[in-house]
Amino acid sequence: SPSRRDAPISPSRRSIPSASNRSFTLRRDSFVSSSANLRAHAGGDLLVTVADFLTSCSADQIRMAPDKFLNVCRVLKNEVMQLNAPIRGIAPLRAAVRKIQTSSEQLTPLHAEYLMLCLLAKQYKAGLSVLEDDIFEVDQPKDLFLYCYYGAMIYIGLKKFRKALELLHNAVTAPMSSLNAITVEAYKKYVLVSLIQSGQVPSFPKYTSSTAQRNLKNHTQIYVDLSTCYGTGSYSDLETFIQSNAEAFQTDNNFGLVKQVLSSMYKRNIQRLTQTYLTLSLEDIASSVQLNTPKEAEMHVLRMIEDGEIHATINQKDGMVSFNEDPEQYKSSEMVEHIDSSIQRLMALSKKLTSIDQNISCDHAFLMKVQSGRERARFDYDDFDSVPHKYF
Amino acid sequence: VSADQLDVEAYAAQYSGRTRVARLLFIAERCGVEAIQLEALRMAHDEARAREDTVLYLDAVLKINSRLGPRYRHDQAWVDSVNRRAEQRKEKLETELNGYRTNLIKESIRMGYNDIGDFFYAHGHLSEAFKSYIRTRDYCTTSKHIVQMCMHVILVSIELGQFAHVTNYVSKAEQTPDTLDAVIVAKLRAAAGLANLETKKYKLAARKFLETGPELGSNYSEVIAPQDVAVYGALCALASFDRSELKSKVIDNINFRNFLELVPEVRELVNDFYASRYGSCLEHLEKLKPNLLLDIHLREHLGTLYNDIRHKAIIQYTLPFISVDLNTMASAFKSSVSMLEKELAALITENKIQARIDSHNKILYARHADQRNATFQRALQTGNEFERDIKAMLLRANLIKHDFNQKNWPGQRKMNL
Repeated sequence: SPSRRDAPISPSRRSIPSASNRSFTLRRDSFVSSSANLRAHAGGDLLVTVADFLTSCSADQIRMAPDKFLNVCRVLKNEVMQLNAPIRGIAPLRAAVRKIQTSSEQLTPLHAEYLMLCLLAKQYKAGLSVLEDDIFEVDQPKDLFLYCYYGAMIYIGLKKFRKALELLHNAVTAPMSSLNAITVEAYKKYVLVSLIQSGQVPSFPKYTSSTAQRNLKNHTQIYVDLSTCYGTGSYSDLETFIQSNAEAFQTDNNFGLVKQVLSSMYKRNIQRLTQTYLTLSLEDIASSVQLNTPKEAEMHVLRMIEDGEIHATINQKDGMVSFNEDPEQYKSSEMVEHIDSSIQRLMALSKKLTSIDQNISCDHAFLMKVQSGRERARFDYDDFDSVPHKYF
Repeated sequence: VSADQLDVEAYAAQYSGRTRVARLLFIAERCGVEAIQLEALRMAHDEARAREDTVLYLDAVLKINSRLGPRYRHDQAWVDSVNRRAEQRKEKLETELNGYRTNLIKESIRMGYNDIGDFFYAHGHLSEAFKSYIRTRDYCTTSKHIVQMCMHVILVSIELGQFAHVTNYVSKAEQTPDTLDAVIVAKLRAAAGLANLETKKYKLAARKFLETGPELGSNYSEVIAPQDVAVYGALCALASFDRSELKSKVIDNINFRNFLELVPEVRELVNDFYASRYGSCLEHLEKLKPNLLLDIHLREHLGTLYNDIRHKAIIQYTLPFISVDLNTMASAFKSSVSMLEKELAALITENKIQARIDSHNKILYARHADQRNATFQRALQTGNEFERDIKAMLLRANLIKHDFNQKNWPGQRKMNL
């Protein structure tokens, strides 16, 4: 069969006829025909068979024919979608991702598919296991955008807004020569999550592509307007704005996030108060944050204390809130460990950076550029004093 | 606005030329007291008529609205005869100018344009005057000519409200190679100060006014009076200088003292501010306010300047203390405790005061950040940001390395999904 001729099989492997090898061949051959044939060949439950295969196949062999393998995964994904049971595809696809990756830093087309299934099945924690690895190698642009977008959505589901922002930031600032729909959607969420996380939307960093800088805001005007409205600090204005644009937000499936943006405004305003006051009455808090009653103010403050977002004590007898300093003294052993592990991580990262820098310094194309620059400069030196400049 | 204390005649006497009429009209519009309004309008009317400035005359008559009797009604016959005479003069000037132009005598051409400029200015056609004066530029042969042109342009630009031109031509005039007459230098400084004031650059305005030499006297009455220099300079300085600058440039400034003598109230309030007698200083300011609101250049900026001065006073008051009783402070600043608390909260949010308010006991506590904790926090945050930025950068480098080009998507797809 064509497969055995194409793939050089080592002697050791030849001597172990595993079930996976046979079914692999089976899959490959079937694919030359069509997916209908695949179903026929598999007999019984297609899903179970493919899932078993994905979890038990040999990684080395897979990497020799990645295209076919990816097709198989696609079949699995379509199957679980048809059966409306995305959760069944999670474990097999996770195994598949690990098998096709050449390193944990590599992004494969499967990443986005896997994250999509996790989102549909609402299994956010499952998505984390793949998201935790940092990605440094990418072969296909489309994969990155989808990966960042779905990954951010998972982090948003888990309320890890900082990590979500990192992914959305990468999607928005990636080099691109023309705008794509994923980046536009990513930017919309970027605006919303930025507002929730820090109360403002940072401007585009220098390295953002000019395409993005010029065009993104045009496609996301109501989000830009939302952030301007948020900046005024008025809860009622923001609420009115959101109501009048509710339909647009709904169509974008962002209404939930938008509501979180609205509630973050109270939090932000209360946090600002902690910077100005040592003690403040619940009544004053309510009026300055635009809440209706001191009771509501008490509720908000209580929730923020419980979530660890502010440090305060409520004196119910006086109706007074005392804002305290952050009790963290940076003296505990946990803190020392935390600092120590951060240092280790950063040193490793720094080493990686140095090695990449060294690699580039040895790169042929780079050296050619530097060399030609140097050659042009050489004629400026005084070594060639005796030769008039007009000869150069 | 109660301006019953304003002596319109004395005020107008400080100025000459067009600005006198313009200022009178401005006062009439803003003063809100009919007696003063009519007085100002009457003087404006008489002045405009004497100058044969039909534009200002018509404006005055319109505002008088027949309230002052028959002599002050719209006299179209007079307007027409003035316009006729003006037209004749214009034709004569233009023919003369054309004559000079054909003869190509530079100096005559220059004077011709100047005369036309003067003519237009006198009759209130400011943009034409501006254009004519600018035209003389090509025919200026000595620095004196250039300075003369600059002064004309500055005058017209101030009345047109085009302060960018004012700044421009002030620097042109100051750059001439010959040393300038002290009076002219003073005029230029005052004009520059005015331009800065109107463009809200209060610190620069203060500096310029403070550098204006006493030679100015009343030589620039067609633009500004020496009292104005004192008031504008002092207010801008109070609003924007810190204590050391205030002392060295205002209080110890011998030249400026001459100006301050003309407005003893302003001198008092500057001294009060420096001596931390804030209540008294703010009181003086309040007393001056109604008259200052009638000043054609200062009115728009008075609100901001007063706010800035008040804020500076509050900030300086709290600076030396660890804790301040808000009740005492409120009485020093003559406001209520709750108003003061709001002002303090705003200043703290803008990070102009390092303190916290104990609203329960109405005390302001100075807050000195814990350096050690702050350092730890900053270090950890920097580490996180570094990590995030480096990872993003490595990713981007990788993307660029694979020659990421979206338009190549169809061609570049290695793995079909």
